[in-house]
Amino acid sequence: MDNLIEAIYFVAAFLFIFGLKRMSSPSTARGGILWAGVGMMAATLVTFAIPGLENIALMLVAIIMGSVIAYVSGKRVAMTDMPQMIALYNGMGGGAAAAIAAVELVKYGEHSLVHMNLAVLGALIGAVSFSGSLIAFAKLQGWLRKAVNLPMMQLINLLLFSLTVVSGVYIGFVEPDATVIVLFFVLALVFGVMMTLPIGGADMPVVISLFNALTGLAVGLEGFVLNNAAMIIAGTVVGSAGTLLTQLMARAMNRPLTNVLFSSFGSSGGAGEEQVEGSLKPVEADDAGVMMAFADKVIIVPGYGMAVAQAQHKIWELSKQLIERGVTVKFAIHPVAGRMPGHMNVLLAEAGVPYDLIFDLDEINEDFTTCDVALVIGANDVVNPVARTNPDSPIYGMPILDADKSKNIIVIKRGTGAGFMTTRPACFTVTARTWRRSWYRASKAYNAHNCANQPGPVVDHYGPFCLCLQKQL
Amino acid sequence: MIEGFTALYIFMLAAFTGYEVISRVPVILHTPLMSGSNFVHGIVLVGAMIALGHAETTAEQVIGFFGVLLASMNAVGGYVVTERMLEMFKSSKEKKNG
Repeated sequence: MDNLIEAIYFVAAFLFIFGLKRMSSPSTARGGILWAGVGMMAATLVTFAIPGLENIALMLVAIIMGSVIAYVSGKRVAMTDMPQMIALYNGMGGGAAAAIAAVELVKYGEHSLVHMNLAVLGALIGAVSFSGSLIAFAKLQGWLRKAVNLPMMQLINLLLFSLTVVSGVYIGFVEPDATVIVLFFVLALVFGVMMTLPIGGADMPVVISLFNALTGLAVGLEGFVLNNAAMIIAGTVVGSAGTLLTQLMARAMNRPLTNVLFSSFGSSGGAGEEQVEGSLKPVEADDAGVMMAFADKVIIVPGYGMAVAQAQHKIWELSKQLIERGVTVKFAIHPVAGRMPGHMNVLLAEAGVPYDLIFDLDEINEDFTTCDVALVIGANDVVNPVARTNPDSPIYGMPILDADKSKNIIVIKRGTGAGFMTTRPACFTVTARTWRRSWYRASKAYNAHNCANQPGPVVDHYGPFCLCLQKQL
Repeated sequence: MIEGFTALYIFMLAAFTGYEVISRVPVILHTPLMSGSNFVHGIVLVGAMIALGHAETTAEQVIGFFGVLLASMNAVGGYVVTERMLEMFKSSKEKKNG
């Protein structure tokens, strides 16, 4: 029986790695999650067969409760809210790892010194990931709007962290006293909250990815404590894959991880407003449609604003009509479009846009010079040339989409406010006043769909902002 | 038993595996892949079940219960959202074929 259980865990570990491998390519990704799911199901079922397990009824109740809650919430969540949902589920995993450690620490007689310390380390990481992920969730959900930044925040956090480590070392090496264990967990949870609070919304994806990696590591460590190979391998694989993913995301956003964790974003003002070539004018929807219909190549740059307005479906309808007319339509996705890298791809996929029309920044940036119309919808920071020129801007140095190099640029925005990354949309403005004036004039001219001679609005629930920047060539 | 250097070897190899497996992932899959790896560490459910299965005192049972509850939410939720996202990824060819 033991051999069978071990064999199933072995197969599960293989399926997890195999599934992750397939998930890293678009054409095989769907199969990947299915395989990983099979592995998880097998590993869970065979665990019931471990001899000497008690509390089976309690276990079943917990599993059924958890599964139903998670299934319903997972099916219901809107695609735009996906990042915080991932954070939430990830926090659950961290909490579970911490709970395992808590149970194992309380009955310390059964474990060696090494295992005790591994349990403590896993507990620390798991608990921090748990409370930190909950804060990340609350922030992205809009429950916590402001980045909280107390004076001496970093000093307080350092102190908290040291206290947590000291109490952890005491449990691991000296004596797992019940009071100290409780204190240790409380400190770790508070530290998770405190380290996440000052981090701004734009950096949240990187943080969620980091917590994902940490939870993986915590799971791996608890796997050592429980002598469970499937947990060790799956946890460690996720730990390292998540670390790599965190680095990739941080690089895509041009935000070194240390900056994300130890400085709050957008605290520097950077109200850079630049002069741009060309003339800025409100565009009627008809004109915009004609412009696109007779273009050879149109590149659409979607931003989170489009997704909030649920305009991606209409945009895809518009694109289909353009494609039928023989126009080359491409979608340009900036790594940080949406709420995290790849989020916008998910949102476009939801609307039915095939992934071979969607291009990364590196793939498409040269195309802008030969493109007739760049349609920027609900995006701001990712096309803001200030990132190239103004060292004072918070987004300075971030690679941007070169939408400003195309012949015509149509910008649709719902307001004149600053972007998520707290920069003003200096790209297409001369002054803030021009924005506002144009906004009034443009407020009627947002229905770009009619321009393709079809009834039905494109952006009516999205408007009211549609500007066109025509380069004088 | 997985002890001493065997444990270290497993740790090292698994770490390299995780790094290599996703090293060439395109940006378009970052979000689903993060969600997918989030699902994979849902294996913590197995550990939580073992911990609860060996719990004796009431305190241990309560903590273990919450462990299993949280872990099953991690696993099931992670799977559902990942599957929902990946289901939508289609190329234009697949679209035409239905």
